[in-house]
Amino acid sequence: MSNEKQVDPGRRGMLVATCAAGGVVGLATAGALVSTFQPSEKAKAAGAPVEVDIAGMQPGEMKTVEWRGKPVWILRRSPEMVESLKKTDALVADPASERAPDVLTPEYARKDNTRSIKPEYLVAVGICSHLGCSPSSKFAPGAQPNLPDDWAGGFLCPCHGSTFDLAGRVFKNKPAPDNLQVPRHMYLSDTRLVIGKDEKGEA
Amino acid sequence: MAAFKETKLPANAPVAAKALGWVDDRFPLTKLWNDQWGQYYAPKNFNFWYIFGSLAMLVLVLQIVTGIFLTMHYKPDATLAFGSVEYIMREVPWGWLVRYMHSTGASAFFIIVYLHMTRGLLYGSYRKPRELIWLFGFAIFLALMAEAFFGYLLPWGQMSYWGAQVIVNLFGAIPFIGDTLSLWIRGDYVVSDATLNRFFAFHVIALPLVLLGLVVAHLIALHEVGSSNPDGIEVKEHLGADGHPLDSIPSHPYYSTHDIFGVSVFLVIFSAVVFFAPEMGGYFLEYNNFIPADSLKTPAHIAPTWYFTPFYSVLRATTADFMYVLMAAIAAYVVFIWLKSRLSFKTKAAIAVVALIMIVGMLPSVLDAKFWGVVLFGASVMIIAGLPWLDHSPVKSIRYRPHWHKYVLILFGVSFVTLGYLGTQLPTATFTMLAQLCTLLYFSFFLLMPWWSTMGTFKIVPTRVTFHPH
Repeated sequence: MSNEKQVDPGRRGMLVATCAAGGVVGLATAGALVSTFQPSEKAKAAGAPVEVDIAGMQPGEMKTVEWRGKPVWILRRSPEMVESLKKTDALVADPASERAPDVLTPEYARKDNTRSIKPEYLVAVGICSHLGCSPSSKFAPGAQPNLPDDWAGGFLCPCHGSTFDLAGRVFKNKPAPDNLQVPRHMYLSDTRLVIGKDEKGEA
Repeated sequence: MAAFKETKLPANAPVAAKALGWVDDRFPLTKLWNDQWGQYYAPKNFNFWYIFGSLAMLVLVLQIVTGIFLTMHYKPDATLAFGSVEYIMREVPWGWLVRYMHSTGASAFFIIVYLHMTRGLLYGSYRKPRELIWLFGFAIFLALMAEAFFGYLLPWGQMSYWGAQVIVNLFGAIPFIGDTLSLWIRGDYVVSDATLNRFFAFHVIALPLVLLGLVVAHLIALHEVGSSNPDGIEVKEHLGADGHPLDSIPSHPYYSTHDIFGVSVFLVIFSAVVFFAPEMGGYFLEYNNFIPADSLKTPAHIAPTWYFTPFYSVLRATTADFMYVLMAAIAAYVVFIWLKSRLSFKTKAAIAVVALIMIVGMLPSVLDAKFWGVVLFGASVMIIAGLPWLDHSPVKSIRYRPHWHKYVLILFGVSFVTLGYLGTQLPTATFTMLAQLCTLLYFSFFLLMPWWSTMGTFKIVPTRVTFHPH
């Protein structure tokens, strides 16, 4: 047999090549295993648009529908509620919805402070931009627990205390960095709304 | 390697002795027992703080055994999970007992581990040459937190669901890759059946395997260098004629009896909780978790289980206003390091550069407070691993440190418990301020340790352990 102290370059070369080939196979297998964590085709297919009938909603009434597993709120705002948005303009972090507009606020919801197509109806994903809790409705204005004394109506996230106005805009200095998402949506008629789809196609 | 040699026992030796001899020739059974426990010499002056290691082992076994029986009835399916837990509670004979042992065991595990770590802090058990024991132990703590988090989703109650939603979304705060990462962890756009299934796999097999491996590493490292003791003296420096330390006794039978007494006391308390207060006023099992998960409605008040709340409070305390305090604190810390530390110029410069990047990153226009909340949350856990290198005290044990060091430890303990309490409560303006104060105290304890741990008049450490026979 060969001298133990001497390295046989041919054998060493083979050893390195074998290890490298084995390593590639190992990495590829790990890659396959890691990929199984991605959403399945079934989960991706479940994201179809949702139609909502908004006939007969009273001012101040809110409907919650499920879209892609998330709650989507449809709030019929009374004239006073729409008026309150002027008051909150100065208190919210991003009044004109300029942050990440492509994701959070479609163009047609960016034209004024109501963040909506029709000022009367707010359509927003009810998931807080902080850590994904669903804020609760606090529509009654005035002082109440966990809310400021000049509260004009809006939403309060129970998890970390972020507050949103009636257009889903986050108030300043709250844990949530962004406004609530306004999903892409459009009116099929005066009383029918579709969420997850607009003139440009599906979200 | 020596040639195989059969142990020769007299023909009239008991069958058990012969059998053991036969095994020992083929597998080091007696040797393993003697090395790891039977002839493992430990200092004779252990006090009650030293029972939590073996108690943690007991609870680990309890969790594995009860867990195995729970999986025989549990269904990891979003439509069936909640019902199957209720089925275990109401219809499986004695199922309620197994479930309550498992849920109480989780909290008991954390109580024991926190006390075990407190012991390390009091007596400097993590100091050289026991750094790796501490690191393995810290890894066990991390694995345990992951294990508890994954397990908490399984009952598929409201708290399970929204707790998982919040924690998975923490990863979403990482710039650029965050959203993709949390999507990858969930396997769906919201916490769903896919999430439940993979969390189940982690909870019942992946993490228990990691945990067991780490426990083995923790014990091998401990039995290699030997246990420390309340005096923080290296007993191996004074060996007797038999080669064993003069101040040590074999673990068996001495610490076997000591630990069995500890186990008895523990089991009395544990059983009392299991039978009379398994929910522990909403701390061990939260009331909202008796409502099935609803992806459209977050409960009015969500909080993690008590053992996560100190770190969770740190996360919540990081608001946009607090960022300015943090920026000032980092700047002050860098100045302090430049003035007071004996680190090399290069290290100091590196620290200053990192600090500058952090301060710039903390500007409101750069990275959100949400991101820094997650960073601080992670740092508040990870910093515990640094103890062996942060503590520069010339003595190990609190017994021989300056008296006021005790107050520093108490202040740290109070901040930690306050953070824990605040984490269970709704955030109000006052509570947030208090949490911010405690967050600063918590980090100061660690970051200033290289200085305060060397200050004051230290007492003379005796050469032999203090021990009064009883």
